Amino acid sequence: MSRRWLVGGIGAIAVVALACGSGREGGAAGPEPIQVGHYASLTGDTATFGQSTDRGLRMKIDEINAAGGVLGRPIEIITEDDRSITEEARSAAQKLLQRDQVVALLGEVASSRSLAAAPEAQRARIPMITPASTNPKVTEVGDYIFRACFIDPFQGAVMAKFARETLGADRVAILFDFKQDYSVGLADFFRKTFEASGGTIVADERYTSGDIEFRAQLTKIRATKPDAIFVPGYYTEVGLIAKQARELGIDVPLLGGDGWDSSKTLEIGGKAVEGNYFSNHYAADSDRPEVVAFVRAYRERWGETPDAMAVLGYDTGGILADAIARAGSTDPEKLRDAIAATRNYPGVSGTISMDENRNARKDAVVMKIRDGAFRYEQTVPAF
Amino acid sequence: MSSKRVAAFALVAIVLLALDAWLPSWLNPYYATIVTRIGIAVVAAVSLQLVNGFTGQFSIGHAGFMAVGAYTSAAFSVYVGAGWLESLLGLLPAPLARSLFYPLVLASGGLAAAVAGFVVGIPALRLRGDYLAIATLGFAEVIRIAILNVDAVGGARGFSIHAAEHPAADLRFEGFGAVYAVVVVTIVVVARLVYSSGGLSFRAVREDEVAATSIGIATTRIKVEAFVVASFFAGVAGALFAHSEGYVHTNSFAFLRSFEIVVFVVLGGLGSITGAVLAAAVLTAAPELLRGLGEWRMVLYSLLLIGTMLLRPQGLLGNREIDLGWLRKRFG
Amino acid sequence: MAEDLLQQLVNGVAWGGIYALIALGYTMVYGVLKLINFAHGEVYMVGAMTGYYAARSFGLAGAPSLLGLVATLAASMAVCALLAAIIERVAYRPLRSAPRLAPLITAIGVSLLLQNLGQLVFGADPKFFPPLLESRNVFEVGKLSVSNVQLAVLGTAILLMAALQWIVMRTRFGRAMRAVSFDAQAAALMGVPVDRVILGTFVLGAVLAAAAGVLVGLTNPKIDPLMGVLPGLKAFVAAVLGGIGNIPGAMVGGLLLGVIETFVSGYLSSTYRDAIAFVLLIAILLYKPTGLFGTTQTEKV
Repeated sequence: MSRRWLVGGIGAIAVVALACGSGREGGAAGPEPIQVGHYASLTGDTATFGQSTDRGLRMKIDEINAAGGVLGRPIEIITEDDRSITEEARSAAQKLLQRDQVVALLGEVASSRSLAAAPEAQRARIPMITPASTNPKVTEVGDYIFRACFIDPFQGAVMAKFARETLGADRVAILFDFKQDYSVGLADFFRKTFEASGGTIVADERYTSGDIEFRAQLTKIRATKPDAIFVPGYYTEVGLIAKQARELGIDVPLLGGDGWDSSKTLEIGGKAVEGNYFSNHYAADSDRPEVVAFVRAYRERWGETPDAMAVLGYDTGGILADAIARAGSTDPEKLRDAIAATRNYPGVSGTISMDENRNARKDAVVMKIRDGAFRYEQTVPAF
Repeated sequence: MSSKRVAAFALVAIVLLALDAWLPSWLNPYYATIVTRIGIAVVAAVSLQLVNGFTGQFSIGHAGFMAVGAYTSAAFSVYVGAGWLESLLGLLPAPLARSLFYPLVLASGGLAAAVAGFVVGIPALRLRGDYLAIATLGFAEVIRIAILNVDAVGGARGFSIHAAEHPAADLRFEGFGAVYAVVVVTIVVVARLVYSSGGLSFRAVREDEVAATSIGIATTRIKVEAFVVASFFAGVAGALFAHSEGYVHTNSFAFLRSFEIVVFVVLGGLGSITGAVLAAAVLTAAPELLRGLGEWRMVLYSLLLIGTMLLRPQGLLGNREIDLGWLRKRFG
Repeated sequence: MAEDLLQQLVNGVAWGGIYALIALGYTMVYGVLKLINFAHGEVYMVGAMTGYYAARSFGLAGAPSLLGLVATLAASMAVCALLAAIIERVAYRPLRSAPRLAPLITAIGVSLLLQNLGQLVFGADPKFFPPLLESRNVFEVGKLSVSNVQLAVLGTAILLMAALQWIVMRTRFGRAMRAVSFDAQAAALMGVPVDRVILGTFVLGAVLAAAAGVLVGLTNPKIDPLMGVLPGLKAFVAAVLGGIGNIPGAMVGGLLLGVIETFVSGYLSSTYRDAIAFVLLIAILLYKPTGLFGTTQTEKV
């Protein structure tokens, strides 16, 4: 390889890169779009979550724009990748807030990255809605920060009650993802609620997201003879955990949270995930028109079944557009008040109202995996 | 202290104060964040240069010491410092109170990391070459996993640098004064260490350990010294990182961060302080500047990394410095 | 209790076999070039991905067969061999006479490149590796269960390691490899084609990594573009544990690391699994700085 070729190549790449970096596409005809920022993990170790929220969000916004937009203007989504890195979530949010001057900020799935970025939105006094960060601390950052999902205490308690009351379990083992605050949070609140209602936690085992070998922990859990195992992880690992549990002859039900909601759980888990339960925002097999229309449109556009993140991304876009319409302007303060005043918004993930702590309040459903599909089992009202 | 040196210090101080007061009001906060991060990367890179570039040891665990500094200083600020800062703010004007308080924060991070560096360095530095590398990497991972298990600093939830009981005390750094003061101090200290006559022993260890021993250089002591000084500054960099980001998470100190700092050092040129500064600045800004490329930006980043290394196998600057004359004249 | 202990041992050995296969690639390359090939974990990832696409295009997704497994292995090995040859030619060979750390940086660069390209080309979502063997428990005593897949994986791994040992000790190429590893300059003077031997070493290591990728797909059927990062690092640890540059050392190191990790998770706490692996490594290094099987070289003055 010649040196000159290399120098030329590097130079060309640098020039192209910087040229792309500067300058925004020139003005198109028609009313000026309302710019909304979305920071998400499009690459890195949780890339699949960020890509899903972005797909759901884009689908909702395209639907809104096709129907004429809001306030007579289309909405434009600017998505910035944070590579699944905590500090890059903050700089991506800053780029959207300060350079693009977006009217609202949407993002992150991981609570740690939402926690890193939220103070910037609060300082800039631009409303931020996180689609899927479940840690209560996120919205405690300030009065401009909202969320469209459950918080950990609610979902953890839902499954603890289900295990205790519906399944009649006395002894439950926990296997959680030690690196994901979501999983740690659910495990904590499950443990508290389950023990408070007289149950025993017989094993408290951990794994790290990205792991593919869980046999050691499962063999240990097997020896404690639990009635059920709570696995509040993401679909990226749950299928394999179920498979390895069944291989080791563990036949008690596994329980989980909305992190299970993905076709990947079924694809990877196969027969092993049959008969297990998880809490979710909505029932994909429901005949509610919002759900039916969403699932069909998503399959058509992206060629796959939507997962929980896609649903939450979709609803986050909807909540925001609804608030802009009610506020009658994109003024950040009015927009914030409008988001806070969201009542009974008919989302795919349920009927959503914002409570006084800026958290979405909605019912949870418990789903059972049966015949290779997620089936509605029962509804647990918000409390 | 000669009058020349006093003048130099005064000049630096004035420049820093001006930067601190004027730049934030003028510069977009997004770019301010990038500039701050460059400063932190420079501190980490220059300090590792002392170990890898000048002393010839191969450490790939620098992020572990950053983590120690970041978390110790964060815990200090939140659990102890916030109260002090609040009382100080009641007695003194804000800028003065802060400039009294922040050195304490930075020192807490630096000292904790230096102690960790000493504890790790004594056994690890008996190892050579790649075995030392894997040991430092191992220690860094052990440190990170240990922190992940401490609930007082948030564990997997991360740790916000914010004390609820002391709302008046804003613990975050604003402006560049603190960061770039540390950058200047780090460069001066490392330059003075290695470009003084005593500093020849670092390079002697690098060039030939056996020969260095034979002329009476206590090689182990030199290696540990380099390691402890580097760890101290890594800890300070960690403290800066924690207090400028306002939130720390152990994910930020995984082995990829250690690799990144090694890349700064090698790409800049082993044994070149200014090279490390240059590489740290370019490579820290690159991912942000390449945002326009969307999903291709990290592909290009890695291609640029490979291409540059193929073109300049000895690093951007080799082992030379960019015009260090003025530096030596002022501070030497 | 005894059943659980045996079960954990089975888990650990099966898992360690994968580490061992990846570790061999590190150790061989280190032996001839004194280079830590950080891109090796990504070669393993490409091996798994190729296996996934090959198995699907051969129509094996729903029809497990031994022949299919062999064909998939062959396809994956071929692609990885080619990839390793390209990496060696483009990123390492031009730096043969450069300072020692320069190729290390290109190795990190190649590793980043493959991770990021992988996310663009294959997509970031985890993929389900099709079962190429029908899984059933061939051995079940009480609670102890060993599946045919685990046995097949371990068998294949041992077979490959034996083949490698034969290549290195009994063939002309192996002798040339050992010569280059011992003293590249002297070997060149003796007429050993050093460049070709180095290329061959990379290819051999990549073939084993490809096999590890496919085998891991059988026992732990979830693959994604970042799957190589941590196993790559762990395998490097295993190689150092056994004494880097030493082939039997890498095998033992890999198996040992797998068993240690499993026992730490099973009997202490899974929280400290990764940490304890490193602590043990450091302890062994301090006690015997050249690893378990490494030989000490006295430095000449």
